[in-house]
Amino acid sequence: MALLRPTTILLGKELRSEFRTRELLTTTWVFVLTVLVLFSFTFDPTQAESRQFGSGLLWLALLFAGSLMLHPSFARERVNDTLAALRMAPIEPVSIIASKILANLCFLLVAEILLLPIFAVIYNLSLVPILGPLALVLLLGTLALSTVGTVFSAISSRARMRELLLPILMLPLLAPALIASTEATRGLLEDPPVLSLSWTGLLAAFDIIFLTVTWLFGEYLLEE
Amino acid sequence: MEQGTASAVEPTGPGQRTGAGLHAAETLGVALLLGVAGYAAMFIAPTERTMGVIQRIFYFHVTSAWTGFVAFLITFVASIAYLRSRNPKWDWLAVSAAEIGVAFFTVVLITGPIWARPVWGIWWTWDARLTTSFVLWLLYVCYLLLRTLVDEPERRAVLSAVLGIFSAFDIPFVYFSIRWFRTQHPQPVIGAGGSLDPRMRSVMLLCWAALLAVMVLLLRQRYRMEMLRHEVEDLQTDSARRGEPA
Repeated sequence: MALLRPTTILLGKELRSEFRTRELLTTTWVFVLTVLVLFSFTFDPTQAESRQFGSGLLWLALLFAGSLMLHPSFARERVNDTLAALRMAPIEPVSIIASKILANLCFLLVAEILLLPIFAVIYNLSLVPILGPLALVLLLGTLALSTVGTVFSAISSRARMRELLLPILMLPLLAPALIASTEATRGLLEDPPVLSLSWTGLLAAFDIIFLTVTWLFGEYLLEE
Repeated sequence: MEQGTASAVEPTGPGQRTGAGLHAAETLGVALLLGVAGYAAMFIAPTERTMGVIQRIFYFHVTSAWTGFVAFLITFVASIAYLRSRNPKWDWLAVSAAEIGVAFFTVVLITGPIWARPVWGIWWTWDARLTTSFVLWLLYVCYLLLRTLVDEPERRAVLSAVLGIFSAFDIPFVYFSIRWFRTQHPQPVIGAGGSLDPRMRSVMLLCWAALLAVMVLLLRQRYRMEMLRHEVEDLQTDSARRGEPA
């Protein structure tokens, strides 16, 4: 419980500072749309092919977007060294990271909610019947993305070449999550749709393990 | 201050000479072991029925992967130990092991296609194990890359320790996800359900022992190098501090 209150307060701060400008959201949204349009040139997106490749395109676009949009998460705090102020606060250091993971999860989910209808239209997929299981897969996959991405943005923000370093660090590590979420989504796009328990389970296990690792070792990332 | 830095330099004398002699003897021993293992893989192990002579690459291909895994395990343990103790020695061990693990996985990624070409008819296929080895190799190349991009030693040690821990936890996920995704590779031949000829098995274990010995040797050299680098960094900071106007 000592973790919950500071986390919610900090989450409020993260959300407030983002929704004042909505910079991250709009750029992410436009970025994913651009990538989805560009992907349509790599193959002929008939409905059958969209069913087969659509999930991969969606997740790859989200992964690339995440690797760019998670960078400001910690970099933003460095401008006025506000991270030092947060560190001095009498709270568990993990709650700083937890609030950022949750905030990034929110941003990505909002972006996804805005993107899905367009994705469904331009790739001729009907997502309405599978909305429930799709939401579950999106939530689990996005949680993996925001957990690993937030931790690695704390790492990369303290190195040189930070903007480039974040994607390089997080993309290979997220390869299993990409495979699992792509395969789970592909199952949902099939006719009839199947929710693959093994892929969803793997994704959930990925989330649980990396949230635990973050909880155990995350505080070291905030040291100066 | 002068005394402190002087004592960090190793003493020269008879003690070091015997150390060097012992070291040479160990290196010679490892080279001999490697030679015997190579001979056994080439001439003692029976020729495989369907693949023929090319299958002999297996003795170093598979054992390199195992040795690489051992090296990555050392990185993982050393990373945790560093965060717990803050003793830079663990950081030196972690980076040495990661570098050696990458070297062994490079061997795996090179010998794999050499083996695949005559047997499968293609250099590369996105099959489970090839892809897994590739992703693991990338993970630890990233680890080494991060280290080059952080200058301050303690910060570098902390950040890379956390990355080392994350990468280690990722290994089982990489392994299982890719394995479920596609499997075309020969199934494991050691352990339950294995059909490996006992002679092949002993040659293989001999090769593994040889590669582990090489790993230990490399690890010690690399660790020493990291220690010396640390000393140089310390001396540089010291002289920079002294050079500053009061």
